[in-house]
Amino acid sequence: MKTILSEQQLALTVKRLAHQILENNLQLADTVIIGLQPRGIFLSDRIVNELKKLVEPGLIRYGKLDITFYRDDVRKSLHIANATDIPFSIENKKVVLIDDVLYTGRTIRAALDALLDFGRPSKVSLCVLIDRRFSRELPIQPDYTGKVIDTIISQKVKVFWKEKDDSEEVILLDS
Amino acid sequence: MKLSTKHLLGIKDLNREDIQLILSTAEQFKEVLQRPVKKVPSLRDITIVNLFYENSTRTRMSFELAEKRLSADVLNFAASSSSSAKGETLLDTVNNILSMKVDMVVVRHSASGAPHFLSQHIPAAIVNAGDGINEHPTQALLDAYSMQEKLGKLEGLKVAIIGDIMHSRVALSNMYLLRKMGAEVMVAGPPTLIPKYISEALGVRVEYNLKKALQWCDVANVLRIQLERQNQPLFSSLREYNLAYGIKRKLLESLGKDIVIMHPGPINRGVELDSDVADGPYSIILNQVENGVAVRMAVLYLLANRES
Repeated sequence: MKTILSEQQLALTVKRLAHQILENNLQLADTVIIGLQPRGIFLSDRIVNELKKLVEPGLIRYGKLDITFYRDDVRKSLHIANATDIPFSIENKKVVLIDDVLYTGRTIRAALDALLDFGRPSKVSLCVLIDRRFSRELPIQPDYTGKVIDTIISQKVKVFWKEKDDSEEVILLDS
Repeated sequence: MKLSTKHLLGIKDLNREDIQLILSTAEQFKEVLQRPVKKVPSLRDITIVNLFYENSTRTRMSFELAEKRLSADVLNFAASSSSSAKGETLLDTVNNILSMKVDMVVVRHSASGAPHFLSQHIPAAIVNAGDGINEHPTQALLDAYSMQEKLGKLEGLKVAIIGDIMHSRVALSNMYLLRKMGAEVMVAGPPTLIPKYISEALGVRVEYNLKKALQWCDVANVLRIQLERQNQPLFSSLREYNLAYGIKRKLLESLGKDIVIMHPGPINRGVELDSDVADGPYSIILNQVENGVAVRMAVLYLLANRES
């Protein structure tokens, strides 16, 4: 077991990601933030909280997307859906997708399919806390990255959040 | 988490967790149905046959729409226009269809137990869309979903099921489901349409007076008089039934309380339900139909995974 990000580092990383998103989407007028259920929303909640300190909070459009019904492995395993809540149009908006760990890229592939059923965004970018590079099964890359790590398949990356797991850190497990 | 059964033959086989899982999954599908594109690719490589040996409008269309919204491939079968008319048996028909690589069978049949019989003999997942006077599980699930949506809970809810209890598969499925979820259930209607030992067998109250039943309940689920299943006269005339057990607007207004009126359809207007009630503010009948698609999507989605 190895700590990748401590609680203090995690808080700084979230702040940096929020600033980077703002840098590229000044004022956030044409931008919407969408967190991926279930575990991406802990990160997106924090990024949105940081953004609220930096711009007029009423300007931020923030939604949650569940991609369960878009998975490509329905026959292999059953997944239980969480709530999707996108109470605004994404037509011609710049969408920032937020998830905790980018690994094979299959979740993001499903998220892109799901997103297109809500309208045609002018641009979609991807923000992740951890990028497990060299593990991709699809040509998908993040635009905003908390930390890049090199891992092998047998290893596991665990992201813990206070409200769910009682601690707040990112660790790497060898198994 | 997954369902404890491989088929949906009846509510009798489900446990509380199964029911909760179906209802919460239906809630997510209801959100899907509000989207600009009301379709998800979940069952893209699943083929489903709708095998209807009995007439149906709502249930068949609701299942077909649910299947299409899930991107499944759909085959429709109506007994009247098929080789059944030439004498082919149910099992032969289904085996022939399955040899064309079908994953799920949605079946409605006038014989109670037909879906159970199929589940014993063929490898596909079976969904009961109504079998004789036994069960109609997806109707009970969508009724429960609609009650929960309207009133916020099932636990402790007082539900009266009114009318032809004897011949109603909707009533039986509803009683199983509501009792499992902790609701109180009363059946009301003429004594000739209520089975004698129902109170002991299913833990429900029995009431023969319509007004008393309506005073007691939060929700009245009004059933259709099923003349096609009655082979002897059980009440003197439809007119007399309407006088004693028909739900009228004036009667509801005289109660001086909130009440929700449901009906599984098709309605015999002027028999069990007057038009001003069916189309009035107490009724959630069309919400039931809308919710039916989301609930059936949930059932099909949860049964499509056949790994176990």
